[in-house]
Amino acid sequence: MSAPAEAVLPAEQTLPGRLRQRLLYLVQHHWRGLVLAIPFGWLLIFFLAPFFIVMKISVAETIIASPPFTPMIDWVSDGIMHVRIVIDNYAYLWEDDLYVNTYLNSLKISTISTILCLLLGYPISYAIVRSSHTTKHILLMLIILPFWTSFLLRVYAWMGILADQGLINDFIRWLGYEPIRLLYTQTAVYIGIVYTYVPFMILPLYANMEKLDWELLEAAADLGARPMTTFFTVTLPMTLPGIIAGSLLVFIPATGEYVIPDLLGGGNVLMIGRVLYNEFNANVDWPVASAVAIALLLVLVLPMMLYQHIQGKEVEGK
Amino acid sequence: MSQPVNYSDRPWLDPEAEPFIKVQSVSKHFGDFTAVDSVDLEIYKGELFSLLGGSGCGKTTLLRMLAGFETPSSGSIVIDGVNMNNVPPYERPVNMMFQSYALFPHMTVENNVAYGLKRDGVARSEIGRRVADMLSMVELTRFAKRKPHQLSGGQRQRVALARALVKQPKVLLLDEPLGALDKRLRDQTQYELMNIQERLGVTFVVVTHDQEEAMTLSTRIAVMDAGRFMQIGTPTEIYEFPNSRLVAEFIGNANMFEGRVTENGPDHVAVEGKNPKCDFYIDHGMSIAEGTKVWIALRPEKIRISKEKPANSDTNSVRGMVHDIGYLGGTSTYRVKVGDDHLVEITSTNQSRPKDGNPPIDWDEEVFLYWEPSSSVVLTK
Repeated sequence: MSAPAEAVLPAEQTLPGRLRQRLLYLVQHHWRGLVLAIPFGWLLIFFLAPFFIVMKISVAETIIASPPFTPMIDWVSDGIMHVRIVIDNYAYLWEDDLYVNTYLNSLKISTISTILCLLLGYPISYAIVRSSHTTKHILLMLIILPFWTSFLLRVYAWMGILADQGLINDFIRWLGYEPIRLLYTQTAVYIGIVYTYVPFMILPLYANMEKLDWELLEAAADLGARPMTTFFTVTLPMTLPGIIAGSLLVFIPATGEYVIPDLLGGGNVLMIGRVLYNEFNANVDWPVASAVAIALLLVLVLPMMLYQHIQGKEVEGK
Repeated sequence: MSQPVNYSDRPWLDPEAEPFIKVQSVSKHFGDFTAVDSVDLEIYKGELFSLLGGSGCGKTTLLRMLAGFETPSSGSIVIDGVNMNNVPPYERPVNMMFQSYALFPHMTVENNVAYGLKRDGVARSEIGRRVADMLSMVELTRFAKRKPHQLSGGQRQRVALARALVKQPKVLLLDEPLGALDKRLRDQTQYELMNIQERLGVTFVVVTHDQEEAMTLSTRIAVMDAGRFMQIGTPTEIYEFPNSRLVAEFIGNANMFEGRVTENGPDHVAVEGKNPKCDFYIDHGMSIAEGTKVWIALRPEKIRISKEKPANSDTNSVRGMVHDIGYLGGTSTYRVKVGDDHLVEITSTNQSRPKDGNPPIDWDEEVFLYWEPSSSVVLTK
């Protein structure tokens, strides 16, 4: 690698010329670092900084002011700095049954939804992978197609389908039966979450199954394994990375889901996203809302770390 | 009374022997494409039978039908007296060694080999013993705890073989067993396979596109083309007495001469060559009409090359000009132009070192080619 030639032209000895040379040197010798700086900068500005702001608010106290929380640092007088960290908000979350129950309910709903998505998504991915080349592309297109309409619009459509005067109940009435209550129930929330997130299960599973060596299944059959045994001893272990990736992609956003429980569950289904929204908007209690958010983050970070750990082992095994 | 013949090495000649595998007018169609076209085949117990052919000739499809991965469109496959048509792969008394080996990547070598025994519900202690025996036979005991990706190609091949043999199948199917190995390892493994087959007495059916592999391994070979068998026979029969131009050219090299039958005696056939114009005299009778258009196949090593005119140069001899010489050390390959630009290949052993008084044959020299009356094969198709 040749160092940039010493300035020969007088123009490059002027200050802007030098600056340009400096920049050029930087780009030539540190381009790797520069390329990496872009995503890191992005994460810093749009993820890490907001995270610390929320963290800061979560250890403040509510006041009636704008913004509605106490500052972390007060300058009392004579250069005395007063740092106020209130952990009451977190204690409050733990002490009040409402929050604990809501977290547990959110986790229950997202866990069951993830399992339902897996039960639905696994055979769908399998069928897509096993279909012919042209059908495969059409089916994948159909999986992605709903993303072309607004998510909110699709949830509203479900309201229309599930409502007391909606599509399903109209049909039940037409058959001559009593209508059933669907909208604003837990069932409606499950329907909404599974409907919305099943593509996030299918796509990673598809990507994983696409790489599966189908001859392994023939080898298992050849060695005397019935189809069910082959599935549990070969197919399932081979597709485990896809199952984990898909499950996390469903589980994490489903836990913090706000729109679906709000629109389809009404007031009957408590999920942490809704509680957070209420604390923030209705109660104008930003510190508690922030504490709720941080606690949610902790709840979700655990499965992610677990996944990282498993993936790390996987890479080691390869 | 004639002396009883011992057929143990050649069960296909024994009129009493019952074939172990019977393929009866089996066809396989994939849409419009006919992969296997109404073939019949009988394989006897303890044989090492090869299905030989180029890619797309239907050999792999036939093997997959024996394994049960494909069902015949028509016809039936009988193994050890049981019709296999409606028997799924996991209930067949056959095991297969896949071309890609298809080892389970998430299992250790040991568990790969034990997989089939576990499926059969064999007792744990017996599984341990049989797996250990198998691994010691293929010399992989040290690698029992490794995963397949930690093994070399040759070791993986041996794991695949151990996994397929541990269940003591009646038939072992091998799909290009040596295809993924390098030359040195192939030669070595080839003989290992033969030894194992001999020791266990399992019937082997091998699919290969490599004629050398088929020749050394097999008791019998079926040469396939376009879904049909061209010829079934021992390696010697197929090499020395090919029944068609295709077989002659597929197995080894063969020089082809077009000609017409001029004389058909009870103990000989005479053929007049078209290009080069020379007379062929074949010392065995054939049921063939005079005037029939035929091809004469002559193996390169059966033709002799000399600068001197042979004693009887009326028949089975032709004059030519050396076009090319390939010196291979032990042998030399000559390409000699005869007749109207027809190239003939001759392989000759370099028995003596070239001496001053006996200079080797040189480029563009006039030479005589001659061969024994028994060397040529007359082919009608």
